[in-house]
Amino acid sequence: MTVADVAVPLVRRRPPARVRRKRLLVAVANHSMLIAASVAFLAPFVFIALTALMTNDQALSANLWPHPFAWHNFVDVFTKAPLWRWTLNTFEYALLATLGVVVSSVPVAYALARLRWRGRNLAFIIVLVALMLPPQVTVVPLYVAWAKFHPFGFNFIGTLWPVIIPNWFGDAFSIFLLRQFFLTIPEEYMDAARVDGCGEFRILLTVVARLAKPAIAAVALFSFLYTFNDFFLPLLYSGESPHHWVLSIGLSEFRSLHQVQWNLTMAATLLVMAPVIVLFFLAQRAFVEGVTLTGVKG
Amino acid sequence: MSPWLVGFSVFFGYPLVMSAYLSLNHYDLLSSPRWVGLANYRYLFSVDPQTWTAVKNTLWLIGVLVPLQVLSAFGLALMLARARTGVGIFRTIFYLPALAPPVAATLGFVFILNPATGPVNTILGHLGISGPLWFQDPSWAKPSLVMLGIWGVGNTMIIFLAAVLDVPRTLYESAQLDGAGPLQRLRYVTVPSISPVLLFAAVLGVIQGLQYFTQAYVAAGVASGQASQAADVTSVSLGYPVDSTLFYPVLLYQHGFVDFQMGYASAMAMFLFAVSFVVTLAIVINSRRWVHSGAR
Repeated sequence: MTVADVAVPLVRRRPPARVRRKRLLVAVANHSMLIAASVAFLAPFVFIALTALMTNDQALSANLWPHPFAWHNFVDVFTKAPLWRWTLNTFEYALLATLGVVVSSVPVAYALARLRWRGRNLAFIIVLVALMLPPQVTVVPLYVAWAKFHPFGFNFIGTLWPVIIPNWFGDAFSIFLLRQFFLTIPEEYMDAARVDGCGEFRILLTVVARLAKPAIAAVALFSFLYTFNDFFLPLLYSGESPHHWVLSIGLSEFRSLHQVQWNLTMAATLLVMAPVIVLFFLAQRAFVEGVTLTGVKG
Repeated sequence: MSPWLVGFSVFFGYPLVMSAYLSLNHYDLLSSPRWVGLANYRYLFSVDPQTWTAVKNTLWLIGVLVPLQVLSAFGLALMLARARTGVGIFRTIFYLPALAPPVAATLGFVFILNPATGPVNTILGHLGISGPLWFQDPSWAKPSLVMLGIWGVGNTMIIFLAAVLDVPRTLYESAQLDGAGPLQRLRYVTVPSISPVLLFAAVLGVIQGLQYFTQAYVAAGVASGQASQAADVTSVSLGYPVDSTLFYPVLLYQHGFVDFQMGYASAMAMFLFAVSFVVTLAIVINSRRWVHSGAR
């Protein structure tokens, strides 16, 4: 079970028939296992999709194949639940938070990677600690603070602002990832720009931002995914005000809202999965590169 | 730099200090905090029977889910690394579930595993096996969550795959010359070469296990609604069935944001902080192995 067996042999001579047969058998076994695993990984999607196309009576029966196909379910979910409202809230949260993460994390990561200043190592250790801390550790006092904070009589509890605003002050994971990437950019580029009379901020905007495009794209992508999927924090702050629910909260309450049926619940589930999956196929390379960046380069 | 320093002190430093202070008080958000000393901690560790349940459940989850996730991600990565055709398709199939939003994935699993009409028990029925009650059964609820966790192992698999493909071929060749069989090459070449990545995944798994909330909350809520058709899922269902999915973060949520015992929840948060800190420290000490700071 190693890569070596797969790799093209250095010697061009055809290997003896016995070896070739053995290789073929191993390849067949390997592919059979891959196909079996693929079936297992795809099955949940298939069952969700099939149920989403069933009538309610059928979803409650033991039949696995929809008969007839109830395409109308995908229209009905929008009338049964304020799916549009939740979608708008979700994108408001995800886009504003992602923008904030990118705008605030890039300069910090640059300062940590390329500028020399006192306390830089300490700041980096703090980023590492912040990276590892469960959000539950700080959530109680933050909630208390937002609950007691009423500028001009505006009440933050019940809105999404308490989950959006912190993203504009840097995100530990993004800072960490960007810093690691900035370290790989040769210092000569920055020096050349400095010789030409470029300020650090302009270097960041022109030289670094352009060279680090894949890393910045990965950070934006992850931040969007994280906020799109986020459940815990929106639940805390807007759980009691359905008008400000995001898709994840709406979906979790979907079935109990009006005693909604499984078929419609699965249709909504599929609709919530759809944007992420579409995004994946649009930006597949950025995804794979980004995930690899977090694990290996890190 | 300075905006982040402001942000750090407001959203990270302040709450830590405040959490420590609140943990020594009785506080319900309405009346002002009342000093109680260590009473919250005493109650947490020696009186509250739910603490022990939650800690046990959390340790169970970490102890079972993390090794299984690392093993399955490693297995998938090895199979992909040696496949000659269709690698792109297989990789996409294994990765997609990791993308599914946790709430949606959990909802899907609760339906697929629902005891009466769910596809899994239907198929098991055709095979003459009467399936378990899954999310309705206290002894099967956590294993069901583990299955959900393994389904979403794609991220780790991609990282492992990149690491496995990065192992220099010359290492395998010299091992082969030394007479190492496939299993020995796996044991003495592949595993040591990618051990930093394996360790990183395991550590990340432990940290995520300490924060495990969404899947448990949603599964308990939806499964209990299914059993009792209760209208108000949120307040009655935490830990359903019979506290078997009551993980530490779920209990913290219950004390802090259902019962609004902010002081007590802060004490729970401080304990979680201490545990996470020890784990983090272990990582930082070991980090030189995979965090190459400075130029390489």
